[in-house]
Amino acid sequence: MIPILWDLEVGDTLPEIQLPPVTRIDLIKYAGASGDYNPIHTIDDEAKKAGLPGVIAHGMWTMGNLAKLFTPYLEKGFIQDYQVRFMGMVFLEDRITLKATVKATEESKVTFSVKAVNEADQEILAGHIVYQVF
Amino acid sequence: MLSQFIGMRSDKVMNPIERGAVKKFAEAIGDPHPLYFDEETGKNSIHQCNIAPPTFAITLDYGIIPNLQRIGAGLIHGEQQFHYQRPLHVGEKIQCYQQITDYYEKKGKLGEMGFLVAEKRGLNEDGHFIFAMKQVVILNETIRRGLKS
Repeated sequence: MIPILWDLEVGDTLPEIQLPPVTRIDLIKYAGASGDYNPIHTIDDEAKKAGLPGVIAHGMWTMGNLAKLFTPYLEKGFIQDYQVRFMGMVFLEDRITLKATVKATEESKVTFSVKAVNEADQEILAGHIVYQVF
Repeated sequence: MLSQFIGMRSDKVMNPIERGAVKKFAEAIGDPHPLYFDEETGKNSIHQCNIAPPTFAITLDYGIIPNLQRIGAGLIHGEQQFHYQRPLHVGEKIQCYQQITDYYEKKGKLGEMGFLVAEKRGLNEDGHFIFAMKQVVILNETIRRGLKS
């Protein structure tokens, strides 16, 4: 059940989304679609040269995915502000969970704190979204 | 050392918001909602057109800050912010530019790190503000040493 936006109260959460384990194809597709061809996201040898154990997801891949929490509300308004800090790395096979909690409500705006965590509950990114309701 | 870039601004670049590019992007973030690319869905929606996902703006061309482009591999994306007046519309043209607004250094557990702050903007064809984004990019010591040479 998707909660109705204007019924939300501080502390309420949106239904979490658990992403399937990250695959190399996910990152190759994102590289192509975004134009970010930094090879640490797709080629193991390049990631290793940069001192990483293996390829890592683009920070923007996770940030892009997280906005999906709000897709059920596409017809109700739009994301006016979206801010995150990148805090942890995402490796292949990681299972990422996306979360949003209501932090504040105004007449036509709902502010959420958002985060993405891995299966060890480490924060990958954290920030906030202000949803402007029509 | 990178402070010399503060205040530097790129020339505006015209970016058409292409349906195919938006569709590919929506698929790549696992969010293939028809409002992003299906014309009928767009027309019948409250937006009256197709819109782009909020992070799509990252793919646009913001123009070049001279001499800054050679910083490439090894950058860490520290922080990202978007602010929208309204969503981007598929089919419209957006003029984009960027400006370096700050540079500072801080000692962290990985040594002295540099923080470069860029603000990017998108205007419609009439010059009206549509969105802004702010990026903080972190440069480690190795990269900064390379830049000095």
